[in-house]
Amino acid sequence: MSSISPAPALPSADDDSNRRISIARRQRVQDVIFHRLTQAFSLIVLLALLGIILSLLINAWPTFRKFGIDFIWTAEWDIINEEFGALIAIVGTLLSAGIAMLIAVPLAFGIALFLTETCPVWLRRPLGVSIELLAAVPSIIYGMFGLFVFAPLFATWFQAPVKEIAGGMPIIGSLFGGATNGLGILAAGIILAFMVLPFVAAVMRDVFEIVPQILRESAYGMGCTTFEVVRKVVLPYTQKGVIGGVMLGLGRALGETMAVTFVIGNANRMPTSLFSPGTSIASTLANEFGEAADFHLSTLFALGLLLFLITFIVLGLAKVLILRAEKSKGI
Amino acid sequence: MKFPIRLLAGLALSVSALAAQAADITGAGATFPFPIYAKWAEAYKKETGNGLNYQSIGSSGGIRQIRAKTVTFGATDAPVKGEELDRDGMVQFPAIIGGTVPVVNLDGFKPGELRVTGPVLAEMFMGTISKWNDAKLAALNPGKKLPDTAITVVHRADGSGTTFNFTDYLTAVSKDWADKVGKGAAVKWPAATSVGGKGNEGVAANVGRVKGSIGYVEYAYVKRNNMTFLQMQNAEGKYVSPDDLTFAAAAAGADWFSVPGMGVSMVNAKGANSWPISTASFILMYKEPADKAASGEALKFFDWAFKNGKAMAAELDYVPLPDSLTEAIRGKVWSQIKR
Repeated sequence: MSSISPAPALPSADDDSNRRISIARRQRVQDVIFHRLTQAFSLIVLLALLGIILSLLINAWPTFRKFGIDFIWTAEWDIINEEFGALIAIVGTLLSAGIAMLIAVPLAFGIALFLTETCPVWLRRPLGVSIELLAAVPSIIYGMFGLFVFAPLFATWFQAPVKEIAGGMPIIGSLFGGATNGLGILAAGIILAFMVLPFVAAVMRDVFEIVPQILRESAYGMGCTTFEVVRKVVLPYTQKGVIGGVMLGLGRALGETMAVTFVIGNANRMPTSLFSPGTSIASTLANEFGEAADFHLSTLFALGLLLFLITFIVLGLAKVLILRAEKSKGI
Repeated sequence: MKFPIRLLAGLALSVSALAAQAADITGAGATFPFPIYAKWAEAYKKETGNGLNYQSIGSSGGIRQIRAKTVTFGATDAPVKGEELDRDGMVQFPAIIGGTVPVVNLDGFKPGELRVTGPVLAEMFMGTISKWNDAKLAALNPGKKLPDTAITVVHRADGSGTTFNFTDYLTAVSKDWADKVGKGAAVKWPAATSVGGKGNEGVAANVGRVKGSIGYVEYAYVKRNNMTFLQMQNAEGKYVSPDDLTFAAAAAGADWFSVPGMGVSMVNAKGANSWPISTASFILMYKEPADKAASGEALKFFDWAFKNGKAMAAELDYVPLPDSLTEAIRGKVWSQIKR
C-alpha cells in the first residue's frame, strides 16, 4: 500500500507541470499562427502594391518605348495621330493641387486652432462633427456643386471683375487672362480646397488635442498669450502630425478625379493663365479610359503610372521633412 | 458549426444568382443607344422572361469586350471597318438611328432661329470664327441681331460616338478640318476657348451655363432640355431642323450594303429633308459564336425589338430602322451567324 500512496502524488506534480508545458506550447503555437496570419494580411498589401505597379508598367510599356523619357515633358495630346505627352496633365494636376493646398492649409490651420484653443466648449462638438461630415461628402457632390453653383458665381463675381482690374497689368495680367466662363485651373483648385479642407482640419485638430494639458497650462501660467502658446508649444509639439495631415490632403488633391473633371474644363492644352481650362492626370483618365483602345490605352496607363510616381515622391518628401524636423530638434 | 453553414447558404445563393444571370443576354458598348436598349430589354423581359444585361461602357469598350468574348454582342457608334470584321469573323448591323445637333447659349434666340452651314460650323469649332457677330454668321442670318459675344466651344471630354459622328461631319464638309483635325471618338480640339464636358449631360450643362457657347449633343438631350439648336444646311442646300423625320430622311438615302459591315456614314446624306449629322448605332456579333444558344437569344431579342420596339424608340426620340432595312438585315446579315 505504501508503494501506491506516493505514486499518485508524483504524477500529479508531473501532470501539473506537463499541463503547464502543454498550455505554454499551445499558446506558442497560437502566437505563431497569429503572427503568421497577420503577417500574411500585411503581405497582401505589399502584393497588391507590387501587382499594381507591375500591371501599370506592363500596360504602359508601349508608350514609354515609343516616346522614351521625353513623354514626361512633351506638351501634346493628339489621339488621332497618336502623339502623346504627359506635360499638360502633369502641370494641370500640380497646379490645381498646389492652389488647393495654398487655400486649404491656412484655413484648416485656423479652424483646428480655433477648435482646440479658443472655441467655447458648447460649440466644439457641433463644429467638429460638421467638419467630419464635410469630409464624408462624396466627391461627385463637390463636382456638381462646383459646376452648377460655384462656377457661374465664380465667373460673374470673381473672374470678370478680376480680369477687369488686373487683366491690364503687366505679369499679373497674364495670370488672369483668357475666357471667364467659370471653368479652369483656378476653379478646380478652389473646389479641391473645399474638399481637402475638412481632412486637413480634422487631422490637425486631432493632433493639436494630444498636446498635454500640462504643457499648455504651464505656458499660460508663465503669461503667454494664446498666439504664443500656439507658436511656441502646440506647433513644435505637433509638427509631425501637422505635416502628415497636410500631406494627406495633398495626396487626396493630386488623385481627386470626379470633382476636378467637372470644373477643370477638360481641355488638353497647356494652361496660359489661372483662368484657362486644363486637365489633370486623374480627370484625363476618367474621361478617356472608356473609349480608349490600343496605343491610347497604353498612354493612359503611362499617365496612371506617372500619377503614382508623383504621389510617391510627395509622400517621400513628407517623410524627409519629418525626419529633418526631428533631427533639428535632436529627438 | 453555425457559421460555415450560413456561409455555405450564402455561397449557394450567390451561385444561383450567377446562374440566373447567365441565362440573360449579355452585351456591352455604346452609351448613346443605352436608353432605348434598356427600354426594349424591360419590355422584352416582361414578355418573354429573358433579360438583357447591357453595360454602356462606351463604343471602344464594347469592341474590346466582344473581341475578348466576354459578351454576346458588342455595340458601337463608330462602325468597325470591313477588313477588321473579316479578320475577327464578326458581322455588324445597325440597330437604331439618331442624330447629333449643334446647340448654343444665346439670349433672345428661339430654338432653330439661327442657321449655319457646315463649313461655317467647322470654322466656329476651328476657332477661326470667334465672335457671334462675325460677317459669315451674319450673312447666313440676315435681319438677326447677333451679339458681340465671344464663342466658347464646348466638346465632349470623354471619347464618344457622338464626337465621332460630329467630327465625321465636319471632316466631310471642311477640308481645313479634315487636314488639321480629322475625325475620331476624341480629337484635338483646335479652338483656343474650348472646354470639355463629360458625357452628353456634361456638354448640355456647360452650354446651358456659359453665355455665347456652342456645343453638340444627342438629339434626345436637345428635346428634353429644350435647348436652342441651330438649323443646319444639308447636302442639297436646304435648311432643316433636327427631328425623327429628318433623321429618317437621312437614313432613307443610305445605301447600307455598299460598305462592308454596313458601316455607312450618314453624314451629309443626300435628300432634301435629310439632317446632315445623322448616325446609326451598330451591333457586333460573331459569325461562329462560342455559345450558339446565347447568340441565338440575342438575335431573338433584336428581332423582337425590330418588330415591336418602334413606338418605344420614337418615345425616346430615336429613329427605328425601316422595315425594308430590318428585312435585309435578317436575310443578309443574321443568316451568316451560325445558330
